[in-house]
Amino acid sequence: MGLRDDQVERYSRQILLPHVGGLGQEKILAAKVLVIGAGGLGSPAALYLAAAGVGRIGVVDSDKVELNNLQRQVLHSTKTVGELKVESAKRTLAALNTDIEVIPYNMRLTSGNILDVIKGYDIIVDGSDNFPTRYLVNDACVLAKKPLSHGGIFRFDGQAITIVPGKSACYRCLFPEPPPPGLVPSCQEAGILGAVAGVIGVIQANEVLKLILGIGDTLTGKLLIFNALDSSFRSVKVPKNKDCPVCGEKPTVTRLIDYEEFCSLRRKDAK
Amino acid sequence: MPIKVRIPTPLQKITNNQADVTVKSKNVRELIEDLNKSFPGIKERLCDEKGNLRRFINIYVNEEDIRFLKMDATPLKDGDEVSIIPAIAGG
Ligand SMILES: [Zn+2]
Repeated sequence: MGLRDDQVERYSRQILLPHVGGLGQEKILAAKVLVIGAGGLGSPAALYLAAAGVGRIGVVDSDKVELNNLQRQVLHSTKTVGELKVESAKRTLAALNTDIEVIPYNMRLTSGNILDVIKGYDIIVDGSDNFPTRYLVNDACVLAKKPLSHGGIFRFDGQAITIVPGKSACYRCLFPEPPPPGLVPSCQEAGILGAVAGVIGVIQANEVLKLILGIGDTLTGKLLIFNALDSSFRSVKVPKNKDCPVCGEKPTVTRLIDYEEFCSLRRKDAK
Repeated sequence: MPIKVRIPTPLQKITNNQADVTVKSKNVRELIEDLNKSFPGIKERLCDEKGNLRRFINIYVNEEDIRFLKMDATPLKDGDEVSIIPAIAGG
């Protein structure tokens, strides 16, 4: 394939790295990464992936840019308030790097469409903002055997884990079921410091680049926990769970569930 | 030396905003009871009606998930660090 002169120039500072080189850069340019959510996590993740030259970046989001997003969702800007997030994201990423293809998906992922969307990608980045989507993404990636970088944030806390289906623990190995709705406040209700989203989103981009290049150790089998107040990073072990509902020995989740319905059913049960 | 327990942000309202508390419990079951004595209400956030740990909250002794040790019978010793880690979904 070979790199053009402008590509050698654009990516020179990473091509210089012994772990990357020209061949590594070609791998990055050939990679297809889907970023789910163009929000607090998806913004920094997509920006760094685009800058590094990931050849095809899909961005999934069904929202429009709001003024209160701009404090952390650095893909968007004052003048794109009111636009579709995926269109705003596409413009920002295309302006950063003319070398890559950005594919917008203005949709909400469901059990009916997710497998079709992730089919065309090598690696998935979960930067969504709700439990139903996170469990849906995990299960879909396990069923479709797509590597997944998961990140989550809450107030001053962040978490990240990398999931390589068949090899390492999945999100349900870690937390078998989502909490019932209402028990855990969302970002809108709880607040979030923008820089926390930046830290975790960039860690996700870093995980993806390592997966593409096949270098280093990823966050497989361990959960990274960041706390912004004491600037601490810790990690805990996450073994594969043989009783995991989706990737265990006797899976109970063998096809995708409509999680919103599932969650509201659970809520009814609890009453 | 007591055992240090790291309280996650969502539960710090119950612990009067303390991120770390200390206990002297012999195992995880005792730890939950001891925490609940100092901070009433924390047990029902951690456990369901049957007393089982909720499926979206994990307890780690040092780096190990108690589900892969002896569940709530997992023994604790001086100097152990216990972390309560809930699933978080913000993005
Ligand atoms: Zn699993």
